[in-house]
Amino acid sequence: MTDLSQATTPRPHRPLSRQAVMSKRRAQMRRITAETVRAALLLVIIVIFLFPVIWMALAAFQTQIDIISPGWGFTPTLRNFDRVFSEYNFLRYMGNSFLVAAVSTALSLLLGLPGAYAIARFHYDWLGVVLLAARIVPGITFLVPWYILFSRAGLNGTYVALILSHMIVSMPFIVWVMVPFFEGLPIEVEESARIDGATMLGTFVRIALPLSVPAIMTATIMSFIFSWNNFMFSLVLSGDDTRTLPVAIFNFITYASIDWGGLMAAAVLITLPVLVITVFMQRYVVSGLTAGAIKG
Amino acid sequence: MATHRTTQTRTSITHLRRRFQRLSFILPALIFVVVMMAFPVAYNGWLSFHEWTGSARRAPEYVGTDNYTELFTQSDRFFPAVKRTFLFTGVVVTAELVFGIGIALLLRDAFPGHTVVKTLILLPMVATPVAISMAWLLMLEPTIGVFNKILRDIGLTPQPWLGSQSQALWVLMAVDIWQWTPMMAMITLAGLLSLPEDPYEAALVDGASSLQSFFHITLPLLVPTLLTAVLLRSIEALKTFDIIYTMTRGGPGFSTETLNTLAYVRAFEYFRLGQAAALLVVFFAIVLGVSVIFIQMRRSVSMRQAL
Repeated sequence: MTDLSQATTPRPHRPLSRQAVMSKRRAQMRRITAETVRAALLLVIIVIFLFPVIWMALAAFQTQIDIISPGWGFTPTLRNFDRVFSEYNFLRYMGNSFLVAAVSTALSLLLGLPGAYAIARFHYDWLGVVLLAARIVPGITFLVPWYILFSRAGLNGTYVALILSHMIVSMPFIVWVMVPFFEGLPIEVEESARIDGATMLGTFVRIALPLSVPAIMTATIMSFIFSWNNFMFSLVLSGDDTRTLPVAIFNFITYASIDWGGLMAAAVLITLPVLVITVFMQRYVVSGLTAGAIKG
Repeated sequence: MATHRTTQTRTSITHLRRRFQRLSFILPALIFVVVMMAFPVAYNGWLSFHEWTGSARRAPEYVGTDNYTELFTQSDRFFPAVKRTFLFTGVVVTAELVFGIGIALLLRDAFPGHTVVKTLILLPMVATPVAISMAWLLMLEPTIGVFNKILRDIGLTPQPWLGSQSQALWVLMAVDIWQWTPMMAMITLAGLLSLPEDPYEAALVDGASSLQSFFHITLPLLVPTLLTAVLLRSIEALKTFDIIYTMTRGGPGFSTETLNTLAYVRAFEYFRLGQAAALLVVFFAIVLGVSVIFIQMRRSVSMRQAL
């Protein structure tokens, strides 16, 4: 009997007193309980955070009758997605959203990257402060003057107005992400390139930028997501032909009776690209969202 | 002598050229800032002293400080909106901070599936707010919504949610908390992971409990990070627009109207541009004031910790 138990449990190097064994076991039990509690809490948290998204996706595959009926069951259908494209012209709005997000991000990078580099390397601190202030000013403060000026210039409802307005969010954000990163780059590499005869622009393009790819990825991804999700600027400045997805989906609920299935299918289609980006670029999204909060 | 002068001119030319080169890095960004940001803010200030409907035929009319007096003395929607804006911000930021710290502590040590969990909780804040609002609208719908379905199934009274003047603002707060708690969690987590190990080892030697070491080591060390997170979130919460406008448009009645939605309605539904501009000046001042308070707090905390 004793031999059997010794065979299954590894023999301790030093024989432990009964008390020590008990306390060790108790500690182990406590650790297991703590782990279980943590796993349960995490499960609850995940359910809470995912529930609306899951509910939205489920409703997207239900007929209006299934959504309205008091029961829980339903037969999945793709009709909502079909209707979103055929009746509500969604492909066009998707194209608009993509165009505005891509161009405003590209232009913001074009302005923001050299700007951030100059703030970090040539100490244009005041510009950094001004761009920081842009994050504080409520967006709607810009919107009223723009609306007036864009109407005067005949630009209301054009892509130009949308792109420029979205840049006001992304350009300062790009600078906000890039300045600390450029500051953290070893200056010696750039100095030796300068000594070897590289121009200031050459050093920036050929040395600093390639070293900053991770930060540029963060800036680009977040800038694209901000533009894709932007509602208020697009609501005021877009026209019938240039309408972006968030405005298009908002117009759904102004109809007398809401087509819930179509609405949820549209919501899924808007959210899907962002979710895919987040899942595959998790690291960049996290560093973008927490940018500036840790240092500075 | 002559050669000396030429070298001097040459150096001053190179100096000038270098200065110009440096300036050319910030020039595009600077032009954008001036045209798209500084000018609108100035124009907005100017407009706040005028009465205008945006009509091309009638020019803005100078009215002095009328728009401001109207705002402070006659408008019955301004002060309630200010109150709601602060209530909304105070409640959501506090809740997000508390829940965020809790979640960050749960995620502190790695475990199987750690990355999956961290990715999943990002979804509420990256998902398009308007799409998310629509999902919440469906869930909160009094007759067909899932919340009332559950309440009915377990035998409780269904609630009007967004249809009720007393509940709507709290429901919107809940949505905002759902949306932005992950942000607090991520920032706190990043802060937690950058904390030094030594104080914990010392505490372990002294036999401190985990609760003690949380309140005496973790929390004090985290204060600068948390203050920055609260600052960033407060600025955004004061400006919350998307979920409020898409879910209630400030209603029912005016029960969820905040400064941002009020300004939007004044400008783009009533086209009282001068009044809207005055409101925006006040709104900006409020957001700036709150930011300055937090930045000062952050500065004094880090100075105290440096000593």
